[in-house]
Amino acid sequence: MTSPSNTAAGCAAPDQSAPLPAGVDLTRETVITGIVSTASGEAVAGAYVRLLDGSGEFTAEVVTSPEGAFRFFAAPGSWTLRALSRGGNGEVIVDATVGVNEVGLSVAPA
Amino acid sequence: MSRDTALVSADWAEQNLDTPGIVFVEVDEDTTAYDGGHIPGAIKIDWKKDLQDPVRRDFVNQEQFGALLSERGIKNDDVVVLYGGNNNWFAAYAYWYFKLYGHGDVKLLDGGRKKWELDARPYTKDVPVREKTSYTASAPDLSIRAFRDEVVQAIGVKNLVDVRSPDEFAGRLLAPAHLPQEQSQRGGHIPTAISVPWSKAANEDGTFKSDEELAKIYGEAGLDGSKDTIAYCRIGERSSHTWFVLKELLGQQNVKNYDGSWTEYGSLIGVPIALGDEPGKA
Repeated sequence: MTSPSNTAAGCAAPDQSAPLPAGVDLTRETVITGIVSTASGEAVAGAYVRLLDGSGEFTAEVVTSPEGAFRFFAAPGSWTLRALSRGGNGEVIVDATVGVNEVGLSVAPA
Repeated sequence: MSRDTALVSADWAEQNLDTPGIVFVEVDEDTTAYDGGHIPGAIKIDWKKDLQDPVRRDFVNQEQFGALLSERGIKNDDVVVLYGGNNNWFAAYAYWYFKLYGHGDVKLLDGGRKKWELDARPYTKDVPVREKTSYTASAPDLSIRAFRDEVVQAIGVKNLVDVRSPDEFAGRLLAPAHLPQEQSQRGGHIPTAISVPWSKAANEDGTFKSDEELAKIYGEAGLDGSKDTIAYCRIGERSSHTWFVLKELLGQQNVKNYDGSWTEYGSLIGVPIALGDEPGKA
């Protein structure tokens, strides 16, 4: 579902990302999900991940789970994911399509 | 109101955690956040369980609000400092309730949980015990609450400010993107509403932008200072954030929050809806 350019090193395996609530129709929803990690691959819990639209405008924000996972329900198109954490920030662009889009997002000190 | 009376910084808060007469209150959509760690001494209010009527589609009335604050141990003359997750959306919503029911001194903690956490300030899991009080809520101040008929009549007349994301404004998304998109109401916005996403008013760390920056943002978006203003979003929490900016930080007169917001408006039979990125015509 995700084009290769979006799949950063250390991209999470599907079973590590946030479980989908029952009743979510994956033929209609565009789910963007993944793990925030440090450069050394350590998951970052409690990071703030924001979803920015094609014009860079804020669309939504979530806090990562204890396993570092985040999840958005978006729409097909180009989005930017930006993470803020005590250990640094990071961002990645994703071209999302209907279904589950797995994205790795790493943070590093500025 | 102004920034000096309505807003406190994280530094101020940390210095006043033990000051008698100041009560910190965390307000969240997801109250597991509080349970996992909160500002020392803070009590919690659950946006849904505590602040919504369990049966009717409305929020708690004057008696219910008084009973809630009595049970939580808040006095009429306490200084209440509200904060929460989601960039203070629900804390701003609660702030609006406290104002609506006439609380004397209520403030918002700039940046809420996010700023507190990014600063690595202390959290605790200890839940404080507060003695019950006898809190008396005032009759609701309806000069800050808009209802649907007034909103329909405001099309092309008053400032309508849609504070949702551009994609929700245009009708491309029906809910904020951290929620599933299947909804019963139609997509789009109230005709003639200007689009100023709530997030324009906040820095990345959740703190509010400066008064100068804020005045510029709403001025450039076409907010007419000579007209009354109604802010709305999907369920009224993000628009409380913008209501706070316009009324409490910038000191504009006659600003109302339409808490019915898009979940009500987008479900009404027969009202006009505009699609796309432009405000549209009355």
